[in-house]
Amino acid sequence: MNALEIKNLNKKYEGFELKNVSFTVEEGTVMGLIGENGAGKTTIIKAILNILTNYKGEILIFEADNKKNLNIYEDVGVVLDDMFFPEILYVKDINSIMKDIFTKWDSKLFFQYLEMFKLPLNKQIKTLSKGMRKKLEIITALAHHPKLLILDEPTTGIDPIARSEVIDLFRNFMQDEKCSILLSSHITTDLEHIADYITFIDKGEVVLADSCPLLMDNYGIVKCNEKEFQKIAKDDYLKYKKNKYDYEVLISNKKEFKKKYDIKIIDNITLEELMVLMIKGGK
Amino acid sequence: MDIIISNSSGIPIYEQIKEQIKDKIINNELVSGELLPSIRSLARDLRCSVITTKNAYEELEKEGYVKTIPAKGTYVNNINVELIREEQLKKVESLLEKVVNIATINKIKKKEIMDILNILFEEEK
Repeated sequence: MNALEIKNLNKKYEGFELKNVSFTVEEGTVMGLIGENGAGKTTIIKAILNILTNYKGEILIFEADNKKNLNIYEDVGVVLDDMFFPEILYVKDINSIMKDIFTKWDSKLFFQYLEMFKLPLNKQIKTLSKGMRKKLEIITALAHHPKLLILDEPTTGIDPIARSEVIDLFRNFMQDEKCSILLSSHITTDLEHIADYITFIDKGEVVLADSCPLLMDNYGIVKCNEKEFQKIAKDDYLKYKKNKYDYEVLISNKKEFKKKYDIKIIDNITLEELMVLMIKGGK
Repeated sequence: MDIIISNSSGIPIYEQIKEQIKDKIINNELVSGELLPSIRSLARDLRCSVITTKNAYEELEKEGYVKTIPAKGTYVNNINVELIREEQLKKVESLLEKVVNIATINKIKKKEIMDILNILFEEEK
């Protein structure tokens, strides 16, 4: 079963266009959505959540059309880039509000998480730091036992310790094989350790979609001089970048490359380097 | 059970998991019939993707070290000692092949290699 399916999503704004975006999140998997600011990640997430109107294409959540079956959102937990609670509310107020919105809202779990993350009950949201607000959002998203988490930059703005705690929460959430996550992030190291699949969006289009561990194992960066670079056939690399003293060449099959060429330095890749080379590199 | 994964060794993570579990089975640290952690809990505790742990278990199953029973879990198989010995012998053979290769190219005599081997075996004792 698919937790989420996006089919040929198209949306046109002035100066920006989503072009035929399609991908699926299988049940029990974590999908990482990466791309530059303004690439279209948040627009996609808004379409999934039915906040975006007038788009072309189809979105299925738990195999049901997201426009016709609004009750599917009962099983979806959401963290958006911007805080969606009024700032004058107190932390404990969230419980009173949410328990009337979600039928499966779990007050006990909510307060348990608040304690775990040391969030003060009797403080107004406007007095919380950015990291604390983010944690509050994540706790809220988890407290109604969702089956699908949609997370837009959930770890931005929080310190490394809290980030690792948050990622651990997501890992625990994924212990249930019926649960799935769609996660957009700039902090690509978080994704490297949790994502099963990666979808890379650039200028409104999917430019790369692959299993994350396969990507980390097979892709690489060749570092060489001009003479060596000239010898590499065009089909054997994806992108290259010429620097002052060297060339960086993005390849998708380290093993084959090693057999074919006598070039010493082939580094493992990070998602960050992959993003930069895919966007800034030439062919 | 210790499993220690390096993110910078260049060896794929699934392979590191596979080799370490295999070693434990061969050394009898994991015994036949023992239940291995689920792919999800192993992924959580090793901080890697579920695909990675699934891949490691699938490879172990292919090589006959474990058996997965749907909806129950992955168990250590009753392993064939002969089979493992044979596999280890193959490993030795392929390493020795490299030795012979280097020796031939560099005109190193068979006797010299034998002497080295004898010394190394002495040291192991």
